Amino acid sequence: MDDISYFKKILGERGVVQDEEKLDDANTDWMRKYKGSSKLMLQPRTTEEVSQILKYCNSRCLAVVPQGGNTGLVGGSVPVFDELGWIYLFHIPKFLHFMCIFSIFGCHCRICFWCRFIMPLDLGAKGSCQIGGNVSTNAGGLRLIRYGSLHGSVLGLEAVLANGTVLDMLASLRKDNTGYDLKHLFIGSEGSLGIVTKVSILTPPKLSSVNLAFLACEDYASCQKLLLEAKRKLGEILSAFEFLDVNAMNLVLKHLDGLRDPLSSMHNFYVLIETTGSMESHDKEKLEAFLLQSMDSGLVTDGVLAQDINQTSSFWHIREGVPEALMKAGAVYKYDLSLPPEKMYELVEEMRTRLGSAANVVAYGHLGDGNLHLNISAPQYTDSILSKIEPFVYEWTSKHRGSISAEHGLGLMKADKIHYSKSPESVQLMAEIKKLIDPNRILNPYKVLPSSVLSQS
Amino acid sequence: MKIMVAIKRVIDYAVKIRVKPDKSGVETSNVKMSMNPFCEIALEEALRIKESGGASEVVAVSMGPAQCVDTLRTGLAMGADRAIHVDYPGSLYPLSIAKILKALVEAEKPSLLLLGKQAIDDDCNQTGQMVAGLLKWPQGTFASKVVLDEEKQVATVDREVDGGLETVCLELPAVITTDLRLNQPRYATLPNIMKAKSKVIKKVTPQDLNVEIRSDLEVVQVTEPPKRKAGVIVSSIDELIDKLKNEAHVI
Repeated sequence: MDDISYFKKILGERGVVQDEEKLDDANTDWMRKYKGSSKLMLQPRTTEEVSQILKYCNSRCLAVVPQGGNTGLVGGSVPVFDELGWIYLFHIPKFLHFMCIFSIFGCHCRICFWCRFIMPLDLGAKGSCQIGGNVSTNAGGLRLIRYGSLHGSVLGLEAVLANGTVLDMLASLRKDNTGYDLKHLFIGSEGSLGIVTKVSILTPPKLSSVNLAFLACEDYASCQKLLLEAKRKLGEILSAFEFLDVNAMNLVLKHLDGLRDPLSSMHNFYVLIETTGSMESHDKEKLEAFLLQSMDSGLVTDGVLAQDINQTSSFWHIREGVPEALMKAGAVYKYDLSLPPEKMYELVEEMRTRLGSAANVVAYGHLGDGNLHLNISAPQYTDSILSKIEPFVYEWTSKHRGSISAEHGLGLMKADKIHYSKSPESVQLMAEIKKLIDPNRILNPYKVLPSSVLSQS
Repeated sequence: MKIMVAIKRVIDYAVKIRVKPDKSGVETSNVKMSMNPFCEIALEEALRIKESGGASEVVAVSMGPAQCVDTLRTGLAMGADRAIHVDYPGSLYPLSIAKILKALVEAEKPSLLLLGKQAIDDDCNQTGQMVAGLLKWPQGTFASKVVLDEEKQVATVDREVDGGLETVCLELPAVITTDLRLNQPRYATLPNIMKAKSKVIKKVTPQDLNVEIRSDLEVVQVTEPPKRKAGVIVSSIDELIDKLKNEAHVI
């Protein structure tokens, strides 16, 4: 095939993958829910190579699906049909001072572990996800409550447009009000406007004192009050506030090996509170005082405080292990919703009533950010279950002015659902932007925006 | 019956150790410190014996700088009844520690002294044996199972030895050092952390115990293990065989 020999000319033999096994992995998403049938995977190593490939694909109208760690949850990183060649990025980062410039080729999120700075985001998928993917999907994660979203911590980036143009927006300034801040278009647009090839990102210093408490609450109202109290009393050292309900806890204990319940009996809700600061004695005193007070007032019914790093990681493993446990439990319908915290759990309870014994409704998420991960676990995917969930879940969210995608993105799963969260005028403008930047629609087609708005001229 | 448990504050098991540039030791400033995992196991065992009615009191002891109190607090939060901190700012080696423990045992008169088999920082694996010698008590080291018979005043200990288990029977009072598989230590729960606030940590010095700290031992230098060389990817089986033959000389 001519196309393949052209790609080989640019990337060399190693950069063009046709091996069936590797293709099969890359064609399937992490949840094993979506499967494409692409016949070719390209692995460029430089911006120049990405640019050349895209220019060629654009001229031949070949669709491209960018893929990083392939840890997405909405089918955004796998081909739908036979979109040709997608791009698997990997290579080495470069470090600068208080911020890192990443050449995103292959840079895993964990990279700052051994240096004096940390990445401002930390995800359950940190072992496999990649910076480029994180930025393109505006991944949120566990520390958003402390460090904010990537729209704040990404200082600049370099992206390659569909026609091969390299857009250098690689500033490293905190403040820069010159014209439209174009980089934001590429953060969270899921590879549909361009491929992010370099990122400069603000990295907070690594602080030495980290404490983690794993707590039990009897009702959702207590979890919520605990959050308000934590913000007030732990203030600047609060670095994560996560929750899971008893259904999530049961799943984790059942499906993940080597995990044990830190508490002696089961409770309705569990909350993880993490503090990060610069002085161990100060932080510990503050956290202990807060926890004891919360116990006295009845907000917390039981809890444990990690005494060493090993305990810290086993408590985190419980919270971070929920998605994996869900995968092992069978089919799972995943919803990632932003809701006003006081409304959040109402939806879960309504969903339980709707589904009855047909499915297990599991809730966990970033309570501190008002982000609910609503998961419906069933033995198999069936139309009857789906019809009970959708469009109800979207309508409910829309009615309460929530977002149907808090941090996962729209991907393939929710491209047609965007109107539940965005006005027709906004969606229209998004379509105009897409048509302007990628007129042949070669970049990650079928994702993010509904085809209907794109086909209108 | 009273049980005494010795616990040591060490660099956290999960921290990557860095050697000081002057090779005088490892970097401990701004590094997370925790209870030695083997000591945690020893304390857990003491607490289990107490909970099953085999003991009336668990006393945790630790020696070293002021921050050892944090580690003792963890011990109290796990369930120890009270604690003793032997305040000493300098370096302590197993023989000195064994002498201090002997003095504490003579003052407290426990029927059982439990220790971790070794500390993960210096890996000495000497203190338990030395203190048993000084006290002239029987010892059961590397314990993976401990059964107490209060009536007969004996402890039966399964020891992990090369290739199997050795079961020994010790007359109390005795020294037992604990191995990894003995138990899984509990977490410090909030109610217990709360209770620990009112528990007493008594502070003494080696002088109070009439123990003279001196060492016949000097640490000359501490070095990192040699860096591993990066591997290479061979392109064919022939190349691999060639390298195994001519470079590694293993076939």
